[in-house]
Amino acid sequence: MTKTLRDVEYGVPVKVIRINGEGPVRRRIMDMGITKGCSITVNRCAPLGDPIELTVRGYELSIRKADAEKIEVE
Amino acid sequence: MKTISLAGNPNSGKTTVFNKLTGSSQRVGNWPGVTIDRKEGRIKGLDSATLVDLPGIYSLSPYSPEEVVSRDYLLKERPDVILNVVDGSNLERNLYLTVQLMEVGIPVVIALNMMDIARAKGFEIDSDALGNALGCKVIEATAAKGEGMEEIKKAISEVSSSDLPKNVTFGKDVEDVLEIITSKLKPTVPRDIRRWAAVKVFEKDASASDYISEDVSAEIEAIEQAHDDISEAIIIDQRYNAICDIVSRVLVMPSSGRKKTLSDKVDDIVTGRILGFPIFFGIMALVYTIAMLEGSPGWYATDWLNTYIGDEFIPMVADWLAEIGVEGMLFGLIVDGILSGVGAVLGFLPQMLVMFLLLVLLEEVGYMSRVAFVMDRIFRKFGLSGKSFIPLLVGTGCGVPGVMASRTIENERDRRITAMTTTFMPCAAKLPIVALIAGAIFNGNPLVALGCYFGGILAVLISGVILKKFKRFAGEPTPFIMELPPYHAPSVVSVGLATLQRGWGFVKKAFTIVLLATVLIWFLSSYTWTFQEAEIIDDSILASIGNAICGIFAPLGFGNWELSVATITGLMAKEDLVGTLGTIAGIEIEEAEGDLWLWLATIVTPIGAVGLLAFNMLCAPCFAAIGAMHRELGGWKATAFAVGYQCVFAYVCSLILVQFGGLLFGYDVNIGYMVMAIVAAVVLAYFIIAKDPIGNIKALAGKEA
Repeated sequence: MTKTLRDVEYGVPVKVIRINGEGPVRRRIMDMGITKGCSITVNRCAPLGDPIELTVRGYELSIRKADAEKIEVE
Repeated sequence: MKTISLAGNPNSGKTTVFNKLTGSSQRVGNWPGVTIDRKEGRIKGLDSATLVDLPGIYSLSPYSPEEVVSRDYLLKERPDVILNVVDGSNLERNLYLTVQLMEVGIPVVIALNMMDIARAKGFEIDSDALGNALGCKVIEATAAKGEGMEEIKKAISEVSSSDLPKNVTFGKDVEDVLEIITSKLKPTVPRDIRRWAAVKVFEKDASASDYISEDVSAEIEAIEQAHDDISEAIIIDQRYNAICDIVSRVLVMPSSGRKKTLSDKVDDIVTGRILGFPIFFGIMALVYTIAMLEGSPGWYATDWLNTYIGDEFIPMVADWLAEIGVEGMLFGLIVDGILSGVGAVLGFLPQMLVMFLLLVLLEEVGYMSRVAFVMDRIFRKFGLSGKSFIPLLVGTGCGVPGVMASRTIENERDRRITAMTTTFMPCAAKLPIVALIAGAIFNGNPLVALGCYFGGILAVLISGVILKKFKRFAGEPTPFIMELPPYHAPSVVSVGLATLQRGWGFVKKAFTIVLLATVLIWFLSSYTWTFQEAEIIDDSILASIGNAICGIFAPLGFGNWELSVATITGLMAKEDLVGTLGTIAGIEIEEAEGDLWLWLATIVTPIGAVGLLAFNMLCAPCFAAIGAMHRELGGWKATAFAVGYQCVFAYVCSLILVQFGGLLFGYDVNIGYMVMAIVAAVVLAYFIIAKDPIGNIKALAGKEA
């Protein structure tokens, strides 16, 4: 079972190994700086549990858990 | 004449730079084919230099309309210089756009903005080294304080067309393939964009066939296998690698690591699990209280202006016209047609300015993206975005600013659906209708008003589900990948300008479409078919139209001409529906409200009143709101679709309510109407449940594959 960004502990930096999925959504995720080898910290989730907020390349980004699931981490 | 295009990420301070450079010489228009603002202005203190503001974008990928517009502009219009605003406190991601802009073959000047924040964070940026690495001039700036603006102007005027930036070098294997591609490009590809073209061919971009006719798929496939990824992703990876390499040489960050900023601490509370919702509702209640509520500043200003227009300005003009001898038809046209119609709409201007001001403030501060973050979970279930909530809230005051507030939704599809459904909310002008029906038929039961609000929300959510199944809104579910910019103090100039620009858009509408429409309705209600002035409204053209069409409303339980005519005049302004009924009944409504109630009770049954209410809450809004929809939807075809949808949806809902409600409460059942209602209910349910009710989505998928 691979570990994805959905499962990580909040506040602990993780390293991206792979981005799954395809098409515009994957491209958008990568355009925003989530690429292989970069470090990500998930900070919190929204009051209703989804989406999540994370720090990547020094800024805050929000993505849905369904998309976080496509990002494999170490 | 030099054209400079302004490019940069959203939240990079691009708008502030634009305002500082152009001052008051701005013009706002639209980019062709999309509903994205196109702003341009002359640069103060530079001879004949026009600054064209591109939409805020993160990349030049071909997926969002903003990116496509920017890309087409740069490649086809070929501005002389690109002024790229880069947030110095967020260098890596901002430079990702920069390295793409550098490939377009146009000289680039970089405004390294927000240097005050970068310094406060302890960043030391060697801007000369950055300039050397990129091959372009880098100017340090803090636009909010006006720092660096003169230097930017100087750099722009000095840059020459041969000062092209360097290209970012990718890994050796990628560069080898790019070299092969470059050698095979069509000879017609201009020299300046050959690098851009080669990268697009490598990425398998849709535009690749414009640049190359030879087959290079073997080379690209080989490198994709070696990297175990698609070529598009290889380029993104390597762009970011190249940027990291540059940033490591020009930026020194404090070694203590990342500290929690004030913005983080605010977010811990504002979007936190416990207080996130209470704070959200608190802020929304505050906005409503300030702008809409009876007795609030916004309400007070509007009340004052309406009274002034109605009691002083119009009588004054009327006296003056009478004095200079204007009478008859022309007098009626000016006073009862133009002035009353446009005045009724313009009277809302103060309230709208207050509303716009608050919305712009929330946006500037950075709270709007938090609204989307908090509300996304609820709204996406219905195919809408978290940001759709704001227009709906504003729409409970007036549909016009509600529709215009949908502009803050980045995704075009969500924006259009929101603009189409916002007017389902009961706006202030619909409340007199609610009050009339509740009072006359239901003994003033407060559940009637409550039902209207919940019915409105329900109609919006159901429509979100249904509309996503039409071709114009179908496609991939909207990704929700959104930056949460740090909170920051708003700039007075930016907020003021944005508020006035929205207000001006509204005024323009009042003097074009609203003017035409109100004159038409005035004419129809004042004249007979022989173009004689109608003594009473019963003789007017409008009344005969009402007679002709009242059969349409019979299944909804209000098939008499009085209510049909009132429904039509509601297009001018919803509260006119009540006024028209008063006129027809021959009752001065303000003096004898009770009489109007008694009269209404004699011409419609309780279930018919439900139908009347439901239809008028949901059907086409007033002309002012239709005008606002036209602006946001960007064309008459889309507007016609929207109004058509609203009317059909209103009819279907009203029909189902009246017929099934009638059955439930023991009214006489008309078999024909009941069959209609059953068919309507089945169709409605089918549209809600079926994945692809009209075969559009499948057809679309087939086209894409």
